[in-house]
Amino acid sequence: MNETSPHITGYITYVIVLTFLLVMTFLSVAVTSYHLGSFTVALALIIASIKVTVVLNYFMHLKSESLFLKLCVSGVFLLFALVIIITFIDYLYR
Amino acid sequence: MTTNHPVYTEHTDKEAGKLGMWIFLFTEMFLFGGLFLVYAVFRSLYSEDFHHAADELNTFIGTLNTVFLLTSSMTVAMSITAVQKKERSVALILVLTTLILASLFLVNKYYEWSHEFHYKIYPGSDVVRNMPRGELLFIGLYFMMTGLHALHVIIGMILLLICLVKIKTHQISDESHLLLDNAALYWHLVDLIWIFLFPLLYLIT
Repeated sequence: MNETSPHITGYITYVIVLTFLLVMTFLSVAVTSYHLGSFTVALALIIASIKVTVVLNYFMHLKSESLFLKLCVSGVFLLFALVIIITFIDYLYR
Repeated sequence: MTTNHPVYTEHTDKEAGKLGMWIFLFTEMFLFGGLFLVYAVFRSLYSEDFHHAADELNTFIGTLNTVFLLTSSMTVAMSITAVQKKERSVALILVLTTLILASLFLVNKYYEWSHEFHYKIYPGSDVVRNMPRGELLFIGLYFMMTGLHALHVIIGMILLLICLVKIKTHQISDESHLLLDNAALYWHLVDLIWIFLFPLLYLIT
């Protein structure tokens, strides 16, 4: 039976992932409580991006999905980044 | 292939079902993406006001809600493992835990919003209308984004409730659990969006 089911992630993996995510959350709260200026936002967003990558790969099992789906997801994030960049180029240089 | 044969042979394409869900999630990402874009632009235009307005939000409640959502994401992911391992009662407990954590999130949100309503902070109120333009925009975006997110939490809870019943009635089993897979994917999306909302709304003061 087990060979037909693609992949079973163990409970322990999820506990480790959650622990990591919680540590990152508290880290971002701690980091932003110091006033580091515009650096704070960048740091908070970097931590958020790491968390999102972990959720996508482990909770949403993207790690064990097909290359096609991985490319699709990366493409969506890339497209969104482009939209942001293009919008800001417009706002900053108009 | 469908035939006239009376015997019901279930045909589910797992890969297609999952891909369809992902494509739907992409549209959801852009729905919130649009709001994030508006947020980014106004934040760059009115950074002082945004700092000031975000100061009024309770970081503790925000952090607590993050913990609830992250933990619920873990329990729903674990429930798939439990279903795959044929541990039905464990799966039921895990989905139920997810629902409880989701309710706690909403209860928290309720208290947060009622606190703000108490001080007449909501879009269109006299207090907000007299605020500086940037703060007004922040308040509007805050209610729009967290409101839309809360709506997604409620939809996710309904999906998980359906899964709970179907696990109980053996309609979700180790052989067919696409519905639970997709409900879990939706739930993780709710989590993903919150991961970005939390620092942008609560932590930027």
